[in-house]
Amino acid sequence: MTLKKLMVSAGFAALMAGSAMAQQTLVYCSEGSPEGFDPALFTAGTTFDASSHPIYNRLAEFKTGTTEVVPGLAESWEASEDGLEYTFHLRSGVKFHSNDSFTPTRDFNADDVVFSFERQRLDDHPYHGVSGGSWEYFQSMSMPDLIKSVEKVDDMTVKFVLNRPEAPFIANMAMDFASILSAEYADAMMEAGTPEMLNQAPVGTGPFSFVAYQKDAVIRYAKNAEYWADGLPKVDNLVFAITPDASVRYQKLQAGECHIMPYPNPADIQAMQDDEGITVAQQEGLNVGYLAYNTTVAPFDNPKVRKALNMAIDKLAIIDVVFQGSGEIAKNPIPPTMWSYNDAVEDDAYDPDAAKAMLEAEGVSDLSMKIWAMPVQRPYNPNARRMAELMQADFGEIGVDVEIVSYEWGEYLERSRALDRDGAVLLGWTGDNGDPDNFLAVLLGCDGVEASNRAQWCHQPFEDLIQQAKTVTDPAERTRLYEEAQVIFKEQAPWATIAHSVVFMPMRPEVEGYKVHPLGGHIFTDVSLAE
Amino acid sequence: MLRFLFSRLATFFVTFVGVTLISFAFIRVIPGDPIIVMAGERGMSQERYEELSRQYGFDQPLLTQFWDYLTGVLQGDLGQSFVTKKPVWDEFFALFPATLELSLCAIILAIALGIPAGVIAAVNRGKFFDRALMSSALVGYSMPIFWWALLLIIVFSGNLGWTPVSGRMGLLYYFPTPTGFMLIDSLLSGQDGAFTSAIRHLILPTIVLATIPLAVIARQTRSAMLEVLSEDYIRTARAKGLKPWRINGLHALRNAMIPVITVIGLSVGTLLAGAILTETIFSWPGIGKWMVDSIFRRDYPVVQGGLLLVAVVVMIVNLIVDMLYGLINPRIRTRK
Repeated sequence: MTLKKLMVSAGFAALMAGSAMAQQTLVYCSEGSPEGFDPALFTAGTTFDASSHPIYNRLAEFKTGTTEVVPGLAESWEASEDGLEYTFHLRSGVKFHSNDSFTPTRDFNADDVVFSFERQRLDDHPYHGVSGGSWEYFQSMSMPDLIKSVEKVDDMTVKFVLNRPEAPFIANMAMDFASILSAEYADAMMEAGTPEMLNQAPVGTGPFSFVAYQKDAVIRYAKNAEYWADGLPKVDNLVFAITPDASVRYQKLQAGECHIMPYPNPADIQAMQDDEGITVAQQEGLNVGYLAYNTTVAPFDNPKVRKALNMAIDKLAIIDVVFQGSGEIAKNPIPPTMWSYNDAVEDDAYDPDAAKAMLEAEGVSDLSMKIWAMPVQRPYNPNARRMAELMQADFGEIGVDVEIVSYEWGEYLERSRALDRDGAVLLGWTGDNGDPDNFLAVLLGCDGVEASNRAQWCHQPFEDLIQQAKTVTDPAERTRLYEEAQVIFKEQAPWATIAHSVVFMPMRPEVEGYKVHPLGGHIFTDVSLAE
Repeated sequence: MLRFLFSRLATFFVTFVGVTLISFAFIRVIPGDPIIVMAGERGMSQERYEELSRQYGFDQPLLTQFWDYLTGVLQGDLGQSFVTKKPVWDEFFALFPATLELSLCAIILAIALGIPAGVIAAVNRGKFFDRALMSSALVGYSMPIFWWALLLIIVFSGNLGWTPVSGRMGLLYYFPTPTGFMLIDSLLSGQDGAFTSAIRHLILPTIVLATIPLAVIARQTRSAMLEVLSEDYIRTARAKGLKPWRINGLHALRNAMIPVITVIGLSVGTLLAGAILTETIFSWPGIGKWMVDSIFRRDYPVVQGGLLLVAVVVMIVNLIVDMLYGLINPRIRTRK
């Protein structure tokens, strides 16, 4: 940040300090530093917390605390009969933020939408290569193949033409990479020769405007007084105090140095819940941790063998030991907070004797196998090594000999994709857009074999259902298809579904209106502080 | 003296090229492809992988990559972080003042307490003070930094509320930071209480970071003093009837300083290593945490550039230490 810019923001701060008493400042002890402030460039949740949620809006938004998609910068939209065209009607009178090098001369319009997508989509767009732009999320959601064109119909109408019908498209439009940036700001910065400012001094339409970022220390935001949603945001200033260590975040919360913190140590949760000065909100995370067999290698190509192994796993012990209570048993490949979750499906009962008998009935004896344990900690699996050890003991009970293997994370991800992989892999997934397609098609569809489908499982009846659900736009019909797919999944058992994590958010009692967001973001638009 | 300086500078240059090579090789020896790590569970297609490889220059032979890197470095270009897409140089200079400020405070504390403690212990050899001091030094030296820091936070920030838990400055204060040194910038800002806030934030991390060097300096001073105190010229000085403070303070301490200064110089390396943990716990926005994060993310340019810059800092400090030897001991500077 240049000195001049700092002085300008300092003037702003002096103003802030002058009326500090009357103003409400919410302090969030965040767990890490954002990679930057242009959400389309990055994929980390920490970055989205600091960029897409406070600073920007999208055409559609996820209603905070749910995976329900509601209007955002688009007031309404409609899909064509064949599902290939989506027309968005934009909200009028929406203002962009200003900063010391830019003051918008016009309101938000269709040009901003076209700019925000075309820069990611078109190789020859002047902003395509800015800030090393690799547009990872846009790529990984297959947007380049999906979107045929983005057209401005008039100032307040935009039409997306797709190459194939894709029912989750609206949910995709609510994702972080689909945040809407100002085309006018982009032009001004390009002209000034500083296009990277889009990422460093962000301008959006969101509830908070960016004030300053001191690397690895503090991010400051101020209320967007002209925000289009009435009465929001509720606090005047938002501050992220970057605090990487969980024990230290807890101390800061206790000392009143911050109001709210993410990712507590599982071991501290009980003490927090007992503490009158702290309230703890909780919700299941939108994730699943699983053990994926290699369904192309004998004897794991036999669903009954997989089923038998599933019955030998003591999941309750895993929840206690590995998750220390901050998880719950998974029976379906999608989490219970997601629509179409089939609660009628019954989990494989833990029954080592029956499992043993089942293996014998299939003529499998002296089975030895490998279990791959991830070298990293993830919400859906806080300690894969320990989990693998518990499974080793469980499988030992039914006479299956297990060798635990592990690789460095990059190697692990790469090697576990191989079709002839030796062994079952511990892995998991965190949802991107709250759509079941994002779990079932990505992780278990035929296209994912040798990629994100670690079970290498391509089962036609299941595949037909999820392909059909992609093309249908009626939510009730899609729900029915996904529910049926979950039944087939359970019968065929390509995975042992292990757990969904439970997300805990400790906060001070004066914090009001905070909702734990199932998509993992930390959102403060609706939060206020009691006097 | 000039010849001495020249030979040191030549060594400096050879070390510099060596460090460039090592820092380049080091991160590439660790398994883990940065592009795959970046994609995570989501993964990416083979075409996409190749495209990114080309973009980052990984499709080139290693020697070409190293040559590009080295020529860049010699022109002052350390490359751009894969993660933040900002120049490594900019990131380093945004963060380094925080580390330097903390390290300076820590080394000053360690010297200010360690040398007198070592001298007193040596003079009172075998007595209670000596034993108590040397045992605490041993404890200090073996203390796990993580545990020690949390203990201090829980007692002084949590229970007593004397110091803030973490960070460099109270969030109420907000001012430009032209120098990056919070003690200076808070004074320049003219805001009431900002300087005090900066000091209060420095107390615990300084103590934690100073603990190990303090122990080492105290022990080194003690043993160097003991050696000098048994020399003939000290006995002569005593026989002449000089006051004890003149003997200990001037005659003995000056000669005992050479090994102590060596240890202080070496401590700078230790300090930068200690800063990694201390900075993480106290949310101190310095280079320690920056480097660790970058290793996990396989952010090659930051790791190799950061390592190189840190090595240069350590080399400069050692160069200064070498110069100090010459000042303290005339025999070193005049030796042919």
